[in-house]
Amino acid sequence: MIDPITLAVIQAGLQQVCDEMDLTFSRAAFSPVIAEANDRSDGIYSAEDGALIAQGAGGLPVFVGTMQYSTRTLIEMIAEGTVAAPQPDDIYIVNDPYLGGTHLMDVRFARPFYRNGQIYCWLSNTGHWPDTGGSVPGGFSASATAVEQEGLRLPPVRLFKQGVLDTEIYAIICSNIRVADQRIGDVKAQAAALKVGEDRLNQLLDRYGDDTVSAAIADLRSRAADQMRARISEIDDGTYHGVAYVDSDGVVNEPLVINLTITKADTTLTFDFAGSSPPCLGPMNSVLATTLSSVYLAMRHIFPEVPISAGAFEPLNVIRPTDTFLDAHYPRPVSGCAAEVSQRIAEAVFAALVHALPERVTAAPAGTSGNFALGGYDPEKDRNFVMYQLSGGGYGGNAQHDGLTNGCSTIGISKAPPVEIMEQAFPVLYHRYALRENSGGAGEHRGGFGLDYELELLRGNAKASFVMDHGRFGPQGALGGQDGAVNEVEVWQSGHRHVPEHLSKEQDIDLAPGDRVRVKTPGGGGYGDPAKRDPKLLAEDIRLGRVKA
Amino acid sequence: MTATDTGSIIGVDVGGTFTDLVLLSPDGQVRLAKTPSTLDNQAFGVLNALADAKADLPNVSLIVHGTTTTTNAVLERKLCKTGLITTQGFRDVLELGRRTRPQAYGMFGEFQPIIPRDLRLEVGERMLANGTVHSKLDEQAVRDAARTLRDMGCESVVIHFLHAYANPDHEIRAAEIIAENWPNEYITMGHALLSESREFERGVTAAVNASVQPLLQRYVDKLAVELAAKGYKHDVLVMNGNGGMVSAQSVAREAAKTVMSGPASGVMAAAYTGQRAGYPNLLTYDMGGTSTDVALIRDAQPAVSHEIELEYAMPIHVPMVDVRTVGAGGGSIAHVNAAGLLEVGPQSAGADPGPICYGKGGTTPTISDANLLLGRLNPPVKSGGESPDQMKARVSAIFTEKLGQPLGLDATAAAEAVLRIANAKMAGAIRMVSISLGADPRDFALFAFGGAGPLHASALARELGVPKVLVPCRPGITNALGCVVADLRHDFVRTVNRPLDTLIEGEIHAAFAEQIATGSALIDKEPITLTGIRHLFSVDMQFIGQTHLLRVALDSPTPDRATLQRLFEAAYFDRFQVELDDIRVNLVNVNTSVIGARPPLDLSKLIDPTGRKNTVTDAQTDTRRVLFDGQWHDTPIYWRDHLPLDAEIQGPANIEQMDTTTLIEPGDTAHGDGEGNILISLGAIQ
Repeated sequence: MIDPITLAVIQAGLQQVCDEMDLTFSRAAFSPVIAEANDRSDGIYSAEDGALIAQGAGGLPVFVGTMQYSTRTLIEMIAEGTVAAPQPDDIYIVNDPYLGGTHLMDVRFARPFYRNGQIYCWLSNTGHWPDTGGSVPGGFSASATAVEQEGLRLPPVRLFKQGVLDTEIYAIICSNIRVADQRIGDVKAQAAALKVGEDRLNQLLDRYGDDTVSAAIADLRSRAADQMRARISEIDDGTYHGVAYVDSDGVVNEPLVINLTITKADTTLTFDFAGSSPPCLGPMNSVLATTLSSVYLAMRHIFPEVPISAGAFEPLNVIRPTDTFLDAHYPRPVSGCAAEVSQRIAEAVFAALVHALPERVTAAPAGTSGNFALGGYDPEKDRNFVMYQLSGGGYGGNAQHDGLTNGCSTIGISKAPPVEIMEQAFPVLYHRYALRENSGGAGEHRGGFGLDYELELLRGNAKASFVMDHGRFGPQGALGGQDGAVNEVEVWQSGHRHVPEHLSKEQDIDLAPGDRVRVKTPGGGGYGDPAKRDPKLLAEDIRLGRVKA
Repeated sequence: MTATDTGSIIGVDVGGTFTDLVLLSPDGQVRLAKTPSTLDNQAFGVLNALADAKADLPNVSLIVHGTTTTTNAVLERKLCKTGLITTQGFRDVLELGRRTRPQAYGMFGEFQPIIPRDLRLEVGERMLANGTVHSKLDEQAVRDAARTLRDMGCESVVIHFLHAYANPDHEIRAAEIIAENWPNEYITMGHALLSESREFERGVTAAVNASVQPLLQRYVDKLAVELAAKGYKHDVLVMNGNGGMVSAQSVAREAAKTVMSGPASGVMAAAYTGQRAGYPNLLTYDMGGTSTDVALIRDAQPAVSHEIELEYAMPIHVPMVDVRTVGAGGGSIAHVNAAGLLEVGPQSAGADPGPICYGKGGTTPTISDANLLLGRLNPPVKSGGESPDQMKARVSAIFTEKLGQPLGLDATAAAEAVLRIANAKMAGAIRMVSISLGADPRDFALFAFGGAGPLHASALARELGVPKVLVPCRPGITNALGCVVADLRHDFVRTVNRPLDTLIEGEIHAAFAEQIATGSALIDKEPITLTGIRHLFSVDMQFIGQTHLLRVALDSPTPDRATLQRLFEAAYFDRFQVELDDIRVNLVNVNTSVIGARPPLDLSKLIDPTGRKNTVTDAQTDTRRVLFDGQWHDTPIYWRDHLPLDAEIQGPANIEQMDTTTLIEPGDTAHGDGEGNILISLGAIQ
């Protein structure tokens, strides 16, 4: 039995190891997606089954819990002999979505951590690579119908063998991805982070002893479970229902439904997605690991004080959503799972639990990554370019206050790039970057406002692609609040207005110089009866022109 | 430069709770004062402190002032009514931010823009990213907008146009037009303070500047009048956040630079003290009641950042000493969470009611209360009608009930656990600050100040693997000391952003030369005595394709390309253990700091030399039982002011003084140096 004080100190120590891995990865990385947007995560996983021991606090929320599935699969495959057995200083690389992943761009490294010749645990990290090949630069094809169109799929292979980069494997990777010349910097950064983790974890074990730390890890796991159970017990027994819709899969123009029933009994929550749409043709399928992680991240938004560990997930019983688009199998395309479907799953969780925990849960946030990609040729710089404009939207109103304006996606924590940087790098001119008036759902506390931006292609030619959501139905209001405004996309080609058939998704729309794209992102859902809104707050919104009288 | 050596020099720092003052008279005497801050008009507190120190103002030759006027105004949004005139289509940039949320988890949070929407007006004009005009400035629209803002009661105005860093012509012209009819000089151009891209950060920096400018001007004017009425004949100098100071006459022009001046001056004092004591590399650790500030000093130079965020979505991008706040202070609350684990913070009992031992009605266990129970802090002699023993008994009962029972510990063990966890967490936070600045904490000494710093310093140093702790003479008034030791300082950044292999060395040399000349000219204008001018040269570099920068210090302003390449690769390897031979290198910024050095001061007199006794034994006031590592030790208590300058003390020991308590743990050794500092050598570093 380990004393609770040593336990708390070891807990802080394990957290510190992960936080230092996060920091090293971001600071050394080349890809802005990792270095600036922190689209990465680092953690420690058990040697037996890959269960999450600790994860960096600065990791991208959507990676909560996902690496424990990829690590578990790796351990199983090693045991089966389908993957080569590890040696000290090896690092495996894997991005196969169906082996406990997300989409192909999320590339995982896993390093066995040895003590006295035995694997004590695994260190693993995920980084979002800017490109892994496939039919469109960046990997977010709105109309792929098989994973092969989405990019290069890597099973777990040892990219580093006893500390040395396998240049043959690396050459295969580089031959299949775009902008390969800078990836070596990211590969080394990702590996360096795991090395930092190894050094720091060795120090922790040297200080407290392997047995004590092992006992602490086991104890922390059961205590995290206790902590989550204690929170869950705040919820009244019963059944809670939440629904959320994905506009379409990008190929078939029909909404996909997420039908979620949450049952609270004893101290567990059971999540049942029965009645959700079947697997879809386009890339809005979710693999199981991402579906599970989306539930976990939603719960962590609700109970941020419970530390991330496998124990915290134990009282969350997710029934495997077989035969739905939330449990995709090869070769279903999956590029939309981490960016969009995950946010609809979180929205369904919020919609269900806002009734049970009205103080803790907000009305629906905009909940889309707002991915607008523009790829083309810039004659002035004589080169091809790929530009991404990710955008935020309004957050849901809540028991305390109005929703935040232009918050980032539910699953992310990254900043949007400044207009000035975009215009330096790409042949575009923004005509507006504005608060979207009247977009917050009305409520006692209204939703936050979305964004309204418009840009023009200045020269050359380009193709515009959109992977967004909430174009059909706005973010849901809660407890009498109204829905936020829907996402709107319009493309002006030679003065003619074009609206994507799928509202929020379309690929390869041709743009000529002078053509424009305008995007209005969703506002947040309102919370509570609008009639109860403080008239002073309403008057202030009207005075400031954010809401029309 | 006038003769300022003939009179006294005064440093006065207004903090959130106290106004601290240090007076150095020409005969070497030191007087100190600590008076309550008067936050509505900080001048009263300053005058009270001057009176307390019996400052003879006609014979004072220099007053250097650290003020929180601008910081408080921004944090509490008590700002002057300020208008914004900006590019058509972009008035909401200040409200939209960079699409963030205040914390990674939890979908709550609010943000109030620094200028409300009705005071943000748009005019026709547009620059392209390369600085060419896309559409020309609508001058009539500028006139109309300025009139509208004036009619709405705006006192100051910001002009913030897209890409003005690339071509400021439209901002300059708009400022001319507005000046024709604006009733004062409070016109801030976005590019003037920060000539870098990123419209949100540049806009917020300008908006902060404009909206605190009138407040700061009125404050320093009022102070100058009050001081003159009492006979003070010179300029007041005001501390900037970069750790240098400027004349009160010009400080308001770039008022945003005074935000964070208080923490900066503490770090400057640390740098100065450390260098004189032979410790130019320091981690500074300023632990107060609600939070702890951490900074890094290399070669006696504090790390400076251009990207401080004052609070959520409030970037102020002017050079400032890089002070990071970590969440624990003496008032941090301990509780047992639902998992049965002890947690300390992030909630704080604040200053009111504060910890239980303040006797102001606090009833939740805090770090300070744990220190009291373990004998590390002396209970107040009389507090709210309670005797020290009654107070201790009450604290003990609360610890037993709220922490001990759920944990299966007695009150003492619970208190020890609180400190162990608090120290582990603070050490972790300090480590993160240190490594995020590219430094291994073990290469530094820990400089402990603030009311609670020296009490925890040894434990933290042990946790961090830092072998040495430096406790200055007056840990509780370090910020005021920073005012009297600070140098004049001007920082310059010039963005080059070019691959190293295409760089023309002469252009870089010319950029450095221009920065040196501009800085020297500014320093020549200040009316104070200097012993010389120093320069710090550096470049910010990266591998092409990266977004983060690595700062590389240079010995000379005329580096060649090979040297730059070599220094960068070495710095990169040092930081990440990564070599990237095939990737080209970018030189992004050329930086110069021009520093006017002030005459040296003898710090040992901060503790009155005549009060010091001949032996350590003579300085002992008491013996108290103090708990260390589960064992009670009879621990001698010393009065700091009575210790001989060269005192040598084996731990355990407790050294008390007016403004703090220093704890020497068993196995550690403390000795006084000639400067009046106490240096603690840690016995066993793991």
